[in-house]
Amino acid sequence: MNLEQIAFLILAVAAIASAILMITRRNPVTSALFLVFNFFIIAVLYLFLRAQFIAIIQITVYAGAIMVLFLFVIMLLNLGDDKLLKWKLNSAKTISVLLGIALLVEVSYFVLHFTSTEGMSPNAESIGTVESIGKVLYLNYLFPFEVTSVLLLAAIVGAIFLAKKKFE
Amino acid sequence: MIPLGYYIGLSAILFTIGVVGVLTLRNAIVIFMSVELMLNSVNLSLIAFSAYSGNPAGQILVFFVIAVAAAESAVGLAIIIALFRNKLTVNIDEVNILKW
Repeated sequence: MNLEQIAFLILAVAAIASAILMITRRNPVTSALFLVFNFFIIAVLYLFLRAQFIAIIQITVYAGAIMVLFLFVIMLLNLGDDKLLKWKLNSAKTISVLLGIALLVEVSYFVLHFTSTEGMSPNAESIGTVESIGKVLYLNYLFPFEVTSVLLLAAIVGAIFLAKKKFE
Repeated sequence: MIPLGYYIGLSAILFTIGVVGVLTLRNAIVIFMSVELMLNSVNLSLIAFSAYSGNPAGQILVFFVIAVAAAESAVGLAIIIALFRNKLTVNIDEVNILKW
């Protein structure tokens, strides 16, 4: 086991621990902060995979913009430790956890049979740079890129409409 | 060298934690955060496949997933605000008028 694998295992354990802490905390602000921590760890794993551009996008858009929006809404609605939201174990939750474990077993069946020993592709270094992503995005995927801007416009209009309107 | 299976395994575990969060939690905002966790785990596996196959298309797909997630969270949080205005709660057990 070399240094890279040890670093990966530490990051993986931290990612899993922060995800579990996120879904078990009562206070939504604590959950949001654990999710931000998780996003940062995933950004570091993107750097392990030589995807520099996506790692920066992950930090600015996910950990920055989206999670600030979440925290803003949590604080706007003033959600504290709500007693009604307490995580108590009943039959429905037990079944949910069992279904989750079943899903994990199913997925790990395929992961454990996935015994490819190939290393990272030799051109992995070059495909993750801003230059290469920009070239592919604007030459091969220009139309989807433009459609994304329409989607974001629709999301802006929808968000303003929903947050503004006072339903009777 | 880290085998590709490690990344896929981590992605599967994070996805399962997200699924369990969606199924067990009662706070609409934290359920929404679990959905974001699931999106991220899939992004991780896409980036891993992209790096190991040397194909940039996986990274482009992750770029679009992040853009769609931003749009989705803006609309979803607006829906939660509208819900809170009407019901004064974000507990999904109390939001059941569409349930028969």
